[in-house]
Amino acid sequence: MSHNHPHHEEESPHGLLAEYETTEAILAAAERAYSLGYRKMDAYSSVPVEGLAEAMGMKKNLVAPLVFLGGLGGGLTGFFMQWFASVVHYPYDIGGRPLNSWPAFIPVTFELTVLGAASLATFGMLALNGLPKPYNPLFNDANFAARCTTDGYFLCLEADDPKFDLEASRALLAEFHPKSITIVDR
Amino acid sequence: MASIGLPHEGNGHGLVEHAVLEGEHTFESVTEQIGGAVLKRPYEFRWFVGLLIAGGFLSGFIVAITWLLYRGLGIWGINVPVMWAFDITNFVWWIGIGHAGTLISAILLLLKQDWRTSINRFAEAMTLFAVACAGVFPLIHLGRPWLFYWLLPYPNTMGLWAQWRSPLVWDVFAVSTYGTVSLFFWYIGLIPDVATLRDRAQNVFAKYAYGFLALGWTGSAKHWHRYRTAYVLLAGLSTPLVVSVHTVVSFDFSTANMPGWHTTVFPPYFVAGAIYSGFAMVATLMIPLRSWYGMQSFITIKHIDRMAKVMLATGMIVTYGYFVEAFMAWYGGNPYESNQITRERPLGDYAHSYWTLLFCNCTVVQLFWFRWFRTNPLMVWIFSLIINTGMWFERYIIIVVSLHKDFLPSSWSMFHGTVWDYMTFYGTIGLFMTLVFLFVRFLPAVSIAEVRELVHEHSHHHGNGQHGHGAPATSHGATT
Repeated sequence: MSHNHPHHEEESPHGLLAEYETTEAILAAAERAYSLGYRKMDAYSSVPVEGLAEAMGMKKNLVAPLVFLGGLGGGLTGFFMQWFASVVHYPYDIGGRPLNSWPAFIPVTFELTVLGAASLATFGMLALNGLPKPYNPLFNDANFAARCTTDGYFLCLEADDPKFDLEASRALLAEFHPKSITIVDR
Repeated sequence: MASIGLPHEGNGHGLVEHAVLEGEHTFESVTEQIGGAVLKRPYEFRWFVGLLIAGGFLSGFIVAITWLLYRGLGIWGINVPVMWAFDITNFVWWIGIGHAGTLISAILLLLKQDWRTSINRFAEAMTLFAVACAGVFPLIHLGRPWLFYWLLPYPNTMGLWAQWRSPLVWDVFAVSTYGTVSLFFWYIGLIPDVATLRDRAQNVFAKYAYGFLALGWTGSAKHWHRYRTAYVLLAGLSTPLVVSVHTVVSFDFSTANMPGWHTTVFPPYFVAGAIYSGFAMVATLMIPLRSWYGMQSFITIKHIDRMAKVMLATGMIVTYGYFVEAFMAWYGGNPYESNQITRERPLGDYAHSYWTLLFCNCTVVQLFWFRWFRTNPLMVWIFSLIINTGMWFERYIIIVVSLHKDFLPSSWSMFHGTVWDYMTFYGTIGLFMTLVFLFVRFLPAVSIAEVRELVHEHSHHHGNGQHGHGAPATSHGATT
């Protein structure tokens, strides 16, 4: 890679993509790359592979806390709306019954709790995953595009990672007997 | 291991224990078979015929709705005591059918029941379509449906709010939340599958359409990590939701003081009835689908057997509900209640409906105690149709029989459905079937990603990490 090239950014690849044949191999490769300090990397498979995200340092994700906040927000909004309408904004005395008839407000509060939580589960997960993503350079690799969602196990070390070095990274990926290693264009 | 995920249950009778996935499957074969049904299968004559018939009913629905909007509710058979009839019966029937989809996809997921995997996608789609059909009825029953937004809290110059103490307003929130959350759950489940279709489609238009829906899914390990958390949480949220929805539907009746409506057994018995009719609808649709699409290795006899067992269990709960209604009417000593339940229903003007209901819902299902009936797809299919008929009559009985004779004899009146009532009801069946036909044509009716996971887990039981390239993951089902 020529560092003197004026169009350096455009010329540098997106990363190195290795395809492995077994879950064991891709797990070992991902663990090794992470332990060597690689951070900008990801693995791709058509089924979730147990421990693969963890091998790349992802111990937990933010979906559950977001869902909790969504539920809390939905529930509080729901109850407040009904309380405000019935007690403050449009109080109506029906035979001296209490204005804040909270048991009657529970169904709507519950439904809005679920709605808030489920909305954040859906949109929160998509946002954290950076989806929708209209362009992904990995699809420049024909083999990846054909098989990432069928049966391939792919590991990509991205060129933006400070540890990335074309030759050293290639050697690292090669240690775990990949089926192929390709350079992915940006 | 004779079956994937479920250990072989020796039954001592030398009978075959069926697997949840039959035959030899690899990731590639699963993808090819299920995805191929969408991408490669030619458009068949019988599909067009099916769509045409369904579309014909749908056209009838559109005509009926148009006439309704033009003329008003007077075209229906409803009158002053029987102000709810077909519309609310159909609403409750459809929303109940939808509930099995959520049960299969959410509750069975949380209970780690592997057998749900091949039927959950279809059941979730069925939920969405059923909720769409259900949602039509309360809207058109409003009389002036263009004012539907009066049900919602919205800023208005009169400072008015929705009536928060009314179950009808709770229902608006429950059903719309249910529809929305079911859509989320279904779509999130679909993302990996539409990504697979995107990557395998040959047709440029299909590639763009599936690519658009797939949102750029690649199967990244980090994405899967969040995806699975979100999916399980959605399942966890849907579970109480589905119970709450039909409970609120039962509150529509049980908070009123009509005889025959206000027993405390209503919420659980409504929920059980919903699941009962929903499983019947899943069986009604899946049994022809599996044979037409050659999916017997994904939707096996085991699935049909399990669905029949769920129908038997929920059918027994429903039967118990009818018994408790009758017992409480007698034991409670309220003359209106006891006249309603112990005289009007079995002996009154609608007695034929009541006995049809008991025959369809309580009697026929007892044959599911016998294995032969549960493992015979044709019998399960016929019984499912009978059960769904019975469940429609259940709601009809609750609504029409209670309303037609209330407290004041001078206001009693009979209800008879008009041609517009029937056209609207059959029309929603047309709407439902049209959506089903389009769904099985353009989206994978069985979850490819989840069946792949079954194959994946199974191959790991054999200590074999390879898929698709090396030794195929096999299921040594006794029926292979």
